[in-house]
Amino acid sequence: MGVPVAERPAVAAAKTVAASKPATPRPHARWLAPRRDIPDRLYGLLAAASFAAAFLFWTWASHQSFANPVFVPTPEKVWTAARGFLNEGDLWNDVRVSFLRVTAGFLLSAALALPIGLLIGAFKVGEGLLQPFTEFVRYIPVPALIPILMVLFGIGETPKIMLIFVGTFFQLVLMVADEIRRVPYDLIQVGYTLGARRREILIRILWPAALPGIFDALRLCNGWAWTYLVVAELVAANEGLGYRILKFSRFLQTPKIFVYLILLGMIGLAIDFAFRKFNHAAFHWAVTDRR
Amino acid sequence: MAGGYLQIREVEKTFVSRAKVTQALLPTSFDVRPGEFVSLVGPSGCGKSTLLYIAAGLEDASGGEVLVDEVAVRDPGPDRGMVFQNYTLFPWLTVGENARFARGLHANAMPYDLSEEEVRSKVERVASLIECMGLRDFEDAFPRELSGGMKQRAAIARALANEPAVLLMDEPFGALDAQTREEMQELVLLVRQYWNTTILFVTHDVDEAVFLSDRVLVMSPRPGRVRADLRVDLPTPRDIDLKLAPEFLALKREIAGMLHEGRDTTGAPGCCAGCSPAPMRVDVV
Repeated sequence: MGVPVAERPAVAAAKTVAASKPATPRPHARWLAPRRDIPDRLYGLLAAASFAAAFLFWTWASHQSFANPVFVPTPEKVWTAARGFLNEGDLWNDVRVSFLRVTAGFLLSAALALPIGLLIGAFKVGEGLLQPFTEFVRYIPVPALIPILMVLFGIGETPKIMLIFVGTFFQLVLMVADEIRRVPYDLIQVGYTLGARRREILIRILWPAALPGIFDALRLCNGWAWTYLVVAELVAANEGLGYRILKFSRFLQTPKIFVYLILLGMIGLAIDFAFRKFNHAAFHWAVTDRR
Repeated sequence: MAGGYLQIREVEKTFVSRAKVTQALLPTSFDVRPGEFVSLVGPSGCGKSTLLYIAAGLEDASGGEVLVDEVAVRDPGPDRGMVFQNYTLFPWLTVGENARFARGLHANAMPYDLSEEEVRSKVERVASLIECMGLRDFEDAFPRELSGGMKQRAAIARALANEPAVLLMDEPFGALDAQTREEMQELVLLVRQYWNTTILFVTHDVDEAVFLSDRVLVMSPRPGRVRADLRVDLPTPRDIDLKLAPEFLALKREIAGMLHEGRDTTGAPGCCAGCSPAPMRVDVV
């Protein structure tokens, strides 16, 4: 009644627009909606694009006058260096030696962190006894421990493995404990009403329930183990990827350093991929569907 | 299973925090006779779930005791199975493995002196439970593949597989939609009829309590106590049509009336003034 006639078509038009607006977001917006899945191919494409972009930037930057060729080698030089390694035995030997060190340190760390983390996560007594101390040790810079490790374990393989162990163990213990604590208390209560005893609660409920998260913690931890490699090989090493990088840097052989860095990245990527594939296959029950 | 006599003797619960002592449950006594189905209804916070958790041994009573077949129990045990409000299936096990979980526990190891027949009946019990719960086609499914109703059916199968003397149920259908809820109620009646298990059932749905129970215990708001013990004299076996019978509605109205009354006199916190609850369904917030 009070609405002027002239305004009516405009109102009507606005209404039609509102009504015809699709309920779901437009296709291009869907890719940017928080936590929504995107097609696998798009994901792969984006990943490839990031590597390509980094490579292009490096190629471009290394040919500019502001880049000192001693510190920023061109991809061509790195490629030449890489081909040179194929004729020597050092590279593969370094990979083998370093892989064994990292894996030994990592496995030792996992072997101790899993049961201890289970106890800290499951029992408040264990938490009180071990968690604050672990937090304390966790903040001690690992390279600072080299002298102590050398005194304790000499200069053979042991101190190198122990350094990787020290670097990862204290982190892993806390992560495992967290995963155990994250298991819903309901599951423990169900266990009791079914007749489970304390031991069975630990082994048959807390452990399997936390396992997917624990394996994810192991994946992250393995990455840290590799980053401690260079530190570990500061200790009287004469082979290994970390040792070789230190040696190359002493002689400013940056193309060779780049070859080793790229190799390290590729090893890490491969291990990470293997972990993810394993997790997905072993713990399909834990896959959370978005909605 | 023979037996299943649950006695609650002067059980009370006080919560002590730094600032104050809260009496959650006044000394409460009642019996659930073997094979009987008893519901506890009452507003939220009246201590009905606390009472159930005490009966299960999952929470300590501040006083009094719980007896199962004349034996005092303090700790949780396989003689008192429980179905929880939340979905509590073990997500890493299939439906069948969940149902058989208790079998693998030390406490439930089969005695050596069982006859072959007894062993077979124990083994077949799980299979028939899964069948009865309509889960045969889902025996190898993982919980994440199941609907809410199916999860609770599997949880009931798991609790009953163990042949508990008493089955405790804590608002097991609270999270389900109305239709699924009614299906589950009929299923519980079937279970009762078939296995004759003693059941103590906590709910805030009066309709559900009357439909399922032999007796309904109405609790008052905090501090909780049983203010009425009503016998449900409705014919068994029951089916969903009973919910429209005048006797059913009369009893429901009586209980709903008590719950309203309790709320008005104490002025339970959190209730909006002037809200008029639907006359038939009482879901006190």
